Amino acid sequence: MLEINDLHAGIGDKQILKGISLRVNAGEVHAVMGPNGSGKSTLAQVLAGHPSYQVTKGTVTYNGEDLLSLDAEVRAQNGIFLAFQYPVEIPGVSNAYFLRSAFNEIRKARGQEEVDPLEFLDLVDEKLKLVDMDQAMLSRSVNHGFSGGEKKRNEIFQMAVLSPQLAILDETDSGLDIDALRIVAEGVNKLRTKENATIVVTHYQRLLNYIVPDFVHVLAGGRIVKSGGKELALELEAKGYDWIQTAGAAA
Amino acid sequence: MTPGEAYREDFSRQTVSPDWLASLRGKGLAWFEALGFPTMKNEDWHFTSVSAIAERAFRAATQGERRPATIKLADLDRFTFGETSWHRLVFVDGIFSEDLSLYAGLAKGAKVSNLARAIASGVGRPERQLGKIAAFEQHAFTALNTAFIGDGAFIELPADAVVREPIHLMFVSTGRADTVTHPRNLIVAARHSRATVVESYVSLGDAPYLTNAVTEIHLGEGARIDHYKIQRESESAFHVGTAQARQARNSQFNSFLFAVGGALARTNIYTTLEGDSATCTLDGLYLANGTQHLDQQTSIEHVAPNCPSHEVYKGILGGRSHGVFNGKVYVHPEAQKTDGKQSNNNLLLSKTARVDTKPQLEIFADDVKCTHGATIGRLDDNAMFYLNSRGVGREKARMLLTYAFAADVLERIELEPLKRKLEEMVLARFADKTAG
Repeated sequence: MLEINDLHAGIGDKQILKGISLRVNAGEVHAVMGPNGSGKSTLAQVLAGHPSYQVTKGTVTYNGEDLLSLDAEVRAQNGIFLAFQYPVEIPGVSNAYFLRSAFNEIRKARGQEEVDPLEFLDLVDEKLKLVDMDQAMLSRSVNHGFSGGEKKRNEIFQMAVLSPQLAILDETDSGLDIDALRIVAEGVNKLRTKENATIVVTHYQRLLNYIVPDFVHVLAGGRIVKSGGKELALELEAKGYDWIQTAGAAA
Repeated sequence: MTPGEAYREDFSRQTVSPDWLASLRGKGLAWFEALGFPTMKNEDWHFTSVSAIAERAFRAATQGERRPATIKLADLDRFTFGETSWHRLVFVDGIFSEDLSLYAGLAKGAKVSNLARAIASGVGRPERQLGKIAAFEQHAFTALNTAFIGDGAFIELPADAVVREPIHLMFVSTGRADTVTHPRNLIVAARHSRATVVESYVSLGDAPYLTNAVTEIHLGEGARIDHYKIQRESESAFHVGTAQARQARNSQFNSFLFAVGGALARTNIYTTLEGDSATCTLDGLYLANGTQHLDQQTSIEHVAPNCPSHEVYKGILGGRSHGVFNGKVYVHPEAQKTDGKQSNNNLLLSKTARVDTKPQLEIFADDVKCTHGATIGRLDDNAMFYLNSRGVGREKARMLLTYAFAADVLERIELEPLKRKLEEMVLARFADKTAG
């Protein structure tokens, strides 16, 4: 589904990613872990198409297509979803209007008919339950005045409605208490199928107790310094990142 | 013929009766000629040059053989707000059109008519209030309007009269090149009366013309007037309009300005809080694109104590347009316990759009609470990326974010059908790519 090859990227003169290679197949969950400043979030943003980052070298292929040549909205229309670390507040636009616009833009791009507001309400009703939110949130402005937990749940709610093929969760666990974490993780798990894939970007292991990855990759200094199974996350939790960075430098 | 000669000639062709009108018009012309068109040295016109108006010889749109064009009701459909129950007074090229108007079943005793008829018949004696509020000794355009007082709406609300349905005053320019109209409206709201007045300026043509309008509003004790001005002239037109109110104790004046039309347009909304505990809200939204120049000036004069005044103005500027906001709040020494809040926020959609904002607070009382703030910003890149990452393309995202910027000021409109229509207009306004 996704093939990242020797990816170099940065902002302005600052190189952040220095040669990432990663392959993600349908049905898999990959965790990307690493200390602050290792480039985890940059990788997530580059995959979603944030215009501030420049790719200087390498390729990313998504379903056989050159992903890097596509604008962010086209990537989303093709099934990529980024759950933001810091979801953006948009006062003046209701969640319902925002999400229906997104839903319909994606349908239009795929040659499907748009849905009207009433159909849309029916459709999102069960998705709301998935993240334990009620209909009242639909008429509130996008993320405006939301608590940290509500914002993250809203990200997963959007993901549920847009049902992407490749979801990238950027530090979705940060700022969540344990109950909210469980709700968010259960939501993600229920959305897992054999056809889609998830990349979980996180600093801490605790999210991975709930969303169990098939592969764990450790990022340090803009490179993947170690890959392994889910047990690698536990090892990191026990030993900290210093161990891996030393190992990476030695390698 | 110079512009000055043109005005003078059209002035001299007006009828000379009744005496009070001839005298009032004469004062108007005298003050206009004494003041002259404002220059940018005048601090009220610091960011707006009216030379395009001053150098053009506009002729009276309707006078002698120049009759208003014939138009059909269907031509006006797109300018209504879809509400058939509203009262409607239509003026075509400055002249009242009985055929296009509809204003039956008003509240008991409430009188709605047109000024020309009231002047001719003497009914309602408009001379008692006309020219008493709008300061023609200070404002050249108001003086010019006064020199040509002829027609407009005359709304009289007796004590306790409540007009439930909005009264829509529609000023239609058929777009004859180089013509001018001077609509003059008078609203007299006696004690505890109440009405909603929508004043809209629309155009059926594309040629350059000038609208120079003045509305005077008297609010008696406890009276409430909700006043909406919808300025959607043609984009080749010139528009200068003043709405000026005077408020007695406990009265409430709510004004909303929606300005979207005109090559060069200036709207003044002025009120004087003369009675204890009178309140006003002055809100507005201006949307300029292309090479439009839209200037808004408000003035709130706190004369009496205990008066709250709230003001929210927002501007969205695209293309090479230029927006201006000047909000004056003047608190007299006696106006203790004044509670004044003013804000002006602007969104620039292009690198070449420009806005000048000038909040002006002058406070001479010591026990007051007054705040003001002004901002100028651009669309938020993070919000743009957020929308893009959800599959919404740049154009649509820009529209949505632009609309979102305007949403809170539109939310302050109580008149639902009007609010919905304005929301649509905001969405449509920057739908094309030229704004970027």
